[in-house]
Amino acid sequence: MIQVQNLSKSYNGTTVLKIDSLEIPKGQSFGLVGNNGAGKTTFFSLLLDLIQPSTGHIINNEVQVNTSENWKPFTASFLDESFLIGYLTPEEYFYFIGDLRGQNKADIDALLAKHEEFFNGEILKNKKYLRDLSKGNQKKVGIIATLIGNPEVIILDEPFANLDPTTVSRLKKIIKELAENPNVTVLVSSHDLQHTVEVCSRIVALNKGEVVKDIQTSAETLQELEMFFAV
Amino acid sequence: MILKFLYLEWKAFTRSASFGTNLALKIILGFVSVLYTGIFLMAGIGAFYGLQQMHLDPLQEVNKYLIYYFLLDLGIRLLLQKIPVMNIRPLLSLPFTRPTIVNFSIGKTMLSFFNFLHVFFFLPFSIVLLVEGYDVLSVMLWHLAMAALVYSNNFLNIILTNKDNVFTIFLAAVVIIAGFQYYHYFNITDYTSVFFDGLFHTRWMFLFPVLALLGLYYYTFTYLKINLYLDAGLSTKHEIAKTEDLTWLNQFGTLGTFLKNDIKLIKRNKRSRTTVVMSILFLFYGFIFFRENSGQPEIMRIFAGIFVSGGFLFTFGQFVPSWDSSYYPLMMSQNISYKGYLSSKWWLIVIATFISTILSSFYLIYGWQVYLTIVVGAIYNIGVNSHLVLLGGAFTKTPIDLQSTKGAFGDKKAFNTSAMLLSLPKLLLPILLYWAGSSILNFNLGLAFVAIAGVLGFAFRDKVFSKIEKIYKTEKYKTIDAYKQKS
Repeated sequence: MIQVQNLSKSYNGTTVLKIDSLEIPKGQSFGLVGNNGAGKTTFFSLLLDLIQPSTGHIINNEVQVNTSENWKPFTASFLDESFLIGYLTPEEYFYFIGDLRGQNKADIDALLAKHEEFFNGEILKNKKYLRDLSKGNQKKVGIIATLIGNPEVIILDEPFANLDPTTVSRLKKIIKELAENPNVTVLVSSHDLQHTVEVCSRIVALNKGEVVKDIQTSAETLQELEMFFAV
Repeated sequence: MILKFLYLEWKAFTRSASFGTNLALKIILGFVSVLYTGIFLMAGIGAFYGLQQMHLDPLQEVNKYLIYYFLLDLGIRLLLQKIPVMNIRPLLSLPFTRPTIVNFSIGKTMLSFFNFLHVFFFLPFSIVLLVEGYDVLSVMLWHLAMAALVYSNNFLNIILTNKDNVFTIFLAAVVIIAGFQYYHYFNITDYTSVFFDGLFHTRWMFLFPVLALLGLYYYTFTYLKINLYLDAGLSTKHEIAKTEDLTWLNQFGTLGTFLKNDIKLIKRNKRSRTTVVMSILFLFYGFIFFRENSGQPEIMRIFAGIFVSGGFLFTFGQFVPSWDSSYYPLMMSQNISYKGYLSSKWWLIVIATFISTILSSFYLIYGWQVYLTIVVGAIYNIGVNSHLVLLGGAFTKTPIDLQSTKGAFGDKKAFNTSAMLLSLPKLLLPILLYWAGSSILNFNLGLAFVAIAGVLGFAFRDKVFSKIEKIYKTEKYKTIDAYKQKS
């Protein structure tokens, strides 16, 4: 599904990301772990063509992302609050994304009903604009919005950060469900090794912009990663 | 302590994303400032002798119209003078006293050009008064009173900026007062000139403006100090949100989706709301030029024609795509093509221009020729200026902070001097065309030239669009990066 070739990104001579080759097959749930500055967000931004690669390129479902816009219809992402429109209510935001992804109101309502538990009664019909929601609640909106229109690639940057413990376990359930779908490729980044190991079938660890571990998740994975990141 | 603030200010200025463009604008602004300084200086020196030659008592005559001078000053301030924005939140928990923070904010406004400008009028005028043998102490006290009034306006501007709709109410009041005077119903200067004369002739009356100034300072100080809390002036007001479907726009497909969004953008953010109100004021701009005996050169009519229908284009369109700056990465990664995004903005401008043209049909009272000028202006706006605005947008990298979390300390002025300067090039070409046409044959040929330019722009729309799209694409990464920086 996603092929990375000779990808690197440098700012003023400092290389912040360098991935010679990486292949993410269709249907995989892919976890990206690493310390601050390891290059996780940089990688996702490159994948979404928000920044330009210094060398190499990424191919998303046979579309080279920095030359064509055709990856947009099947890719959904939530990186940070800049993916939310502050002056809309959550409902309006969902319908807006739905319109862009060719979904009608009923489709969206069905999706929202399905995730009512995840929202915990704090999102819908609350007479608040997105800008007035707490960080955690904003994140809930952003995450569910990526599910609109059955995208084939879902990219979530730090989805577990800022969420309360109950929501984290609900989110894990949602991501596991997505992972079971052979048509959906999920990419998740996190600082939290345990959460990532739980939901992803493959973990890649980045350190200073380079891939230092690439493992299929097994019973020993968490221990192995903890060993690696311990000083 | 103050040095630390100045250090922060300097860093904020030199490190902002729009530093390059800001510097260019600041240089132009510098020229404009020098120009106005010159005008005020000339007025200050010339007023006395000019009025004397007309066999009027200069001081009395100046005092008579000072009320309008100060009202006009306040109006211009409300429109243009920015309230200095400081990044206050991080300072609160640091060892600065609250009064220091407030006083520095206030101090910054006092150094504004809008205050110093008046020195160039009042100082030479006062000196001329002294030279002409007026009583020294009286002149000094009068001058002191004037300075106090200038600074009172400075504080009024701070206080009023934080209230909604003040500018509209203020403008209406001034128009009514001036209208009454013009038609000799009621002459406000009869009453105010007594006051201003008193400032000169009665020794103790200068205390009024000075005390007013102290009162206003104290009010501003306490107002800002009270608001210096995260849940007061530095907080966002939480409005009660209502979900709106605007389903009637669904029939326009993707365009409708964006229009829905833009309508909500305009309705729900103060900054964009003010912008649209401003664009309505543009509608009445023509009254200056189309009146009979307006004393304006004929060539300027096309200028007015373009302004009347182009209010929205100049105030809102100018800042596309900055309006979407806070969620630009979303727009760039969602299922939207650049073309769709741009054309939705273009349509928004076109629709607004069209509505303005219909609304301005009241100019028909001045005859067909005048309305034709406006229609031609609208054609030019749709055909050429709408594209120019979008093109300029590709290089506008100043993020607009719609959410303005700074409350009482935030910059809410939508219409600023730089926006006005940016609109000048869009007016020069049609004036040239109009001038060319009217010097070859007559004004109708001038109008035809402008209209043809508009129609040509419209005809080559697709070509122009793909060019603009390319520019947006190459600028995309820089724009995303620049929008990440909050002022």
